[in-house]
Amino acid sequence: MIGTYLRAGLPSPQPTALDAPFWEGLRQGRLLLQRCRACERFQWAPEWICHRCLSFDLGYAEVEARGMIYSHERVWHPVHPALADNGPYVVVLVELLQADGARIVGNLLGDPMQPLVIGAHIEGVFEHHTEHEPPFSLLQWRMADKAGGSQVRLA
Amino acid sequence: MSVDSKRTLRGSAAVLGVGETQYFKRGRSPHDEFKLALQAILAACADAGIDADDIDGFASFSDDRSDPSRLAAALGCRELRFANMQWGGGGGGVAGAVGNAAAAIHGGMAQCVVVLRALAQGQHGRFGLGQSDVIATAHDSHTVPYGLISPAQRYAMKYRRFMHEHGVGQSALRAIAMASYAHAQANPRAVMSGRPLDEAAYEASRWIVEPWHLYDCCQENDGAAALILVAAERAKEASHRPCYLLAAAAGSPYRAGAPAHNAFDYASANFKTVASRLYEMARLGPRDVDVLQSYENFTGGVLMSIVEHGFCDVDQINAFFRLDNLLAPHGKLPLNTSGGNLAECYMHGLGLILEAVRQIRGTSTAQVSDVNVSMVTGGPMVTPVSSLIFGSEATL
Repeated sequence: MIGTYLRAGLPSPQPTALDAPFWEGLRQGRLLLQRCRACERFQWAPEWICHRCLSFDLGYAEVEARGMIYSHERVWHPVHPALADNGPYVVVLVELLQADGARIVGNLLGDPMQPLVIGAHIEGVFEHHTEHEPPFSLLQWRMADKAGGSQVRLA
Repeated sequence: MSVDSKRTLRGSAAVLGVGETQYFKRGRSPHDEFKLALQAILAACADAGIDADDIDGFASFSDDRSDPSRLAAALGCRELRFANMQWGGGGGGVAGAVGNAAAAIHGGMAQCVVVLRALAQGQHGRFGLGQSDVIATAHDSHTVPYGLISPAQRYAMKYRRFMHEHGVGQSALRAIAMASYAHAQANPRAVMSGRPLDEAAYEASRWIVEPWHLYDCCQENDGAAALILVAAERAKEASHRPCYLLAAAAGSPYRAGAPAHNAFDYASANFKTVASRLYEMARLGPRDVDVLQSYENFTGGVLMSIVEHGFCDVDQINAFFRLDNLLAPHGKLPLNTSGGNLAECYMHGLGLILEAVRQIRGTSTAQVSDVNVSMVTGGPMVTPVSSLIFGSEATL
């Protein structure tokens, strides 16, 4: 995609042994989350052990990048130099629909002054930072209708 | 889960002395952070009427940098017996550190323990600022690249969900901010003394991150505070009205620490299990509390703390959080009577504990009449959190 929601210069994600498959998945336009091979349930953020069944046998599995706004905030005061002239922006906490209640943080694309409604359905948009060295991708969000179709056409 | 009544801190320890440095705006201290710590400890010793070489233990929280061995060496303490750090960030451990000190005394590990916190943010970097690193790793990598960086941003997300679940409006937060500023005007120690806050100024203040206005966020300050804890039998060695620890509790509920905003009970200050253990140990309930100091990192955290400690039903929040209910001396729940973290000084809550002691002694600048039970709730929304209750001799 052309352009990014937030100005360039924020700290970029540095994958760890625990979450490298997640970041590699985003690069490929797929949402992969940690899933226990023993009890077959998702957990997020990733950990070395399954908190439900205490199995160490954990892998990654794909889920649809669809969810609901669990909470939200409109940020005005920039705390990082890269955001000094960014203006207000929206961060959402997304409850994923197919991941055993796992929540994930992202930005809600579009007008930062748009109404923010807890429970609203949203869908993922992969934001590829190809200019960055090394390249990385983030998962962003936009409003969706409840039937599952997009309200906004891809550019 | 019941607390074994034979294994309790209730009435086992007493605060013999309290002290603090002059409080400064962030970065304005002319003194080194370690020197501030020494000054606060000596002030507490003078208040307690003891010599510094009698101190045999130190307890702190939030990764305080004033190392106990260096303190003991600098102060010429005859012997160091107890050096304790309560894990966790911010002020979540402030009451827990007092509980740890009391446990050491009760268990015979030490006799005279200092609880302290010292901050010189010009010297050591700012607490509330986001990281300026080039990369974000581990749990930060799942929030920071989206501009969710600072404590204000982290906890606004939690409180917005709480507002949604319980139908809370903005006016409740305004009352909490105004109570702190109103009480600070009588307190010469307060950094915001001479800077009153009215409704119009609150409403006109800029958003930091919705739903926090500027005045919903704590200050950042330089300074130090200390208190001296001894066994209850020594409570009357000083000339003040004795102040006993009735209970201290720390912790957090199931999976409160699940990373990247995945806590099980998300819209919470994390006090639900702590509060019930606290009251059980004190053998008291919220109706017995005469005055409350509640840690303001952000006003919404105060609101959730008060609800989770049972002072207000969730369906009564908008009616309860009115300024007149929160003011000393006659409010239903006099709150943050020194000006608290918002308007006295943000010493990660240790100033709130000193103020709770003053309320028992009858020496607050916003004194509530006939105080026998004086309570503190520490930094909310982090994990672990902690709370404590002090009592007068009549409560023993």
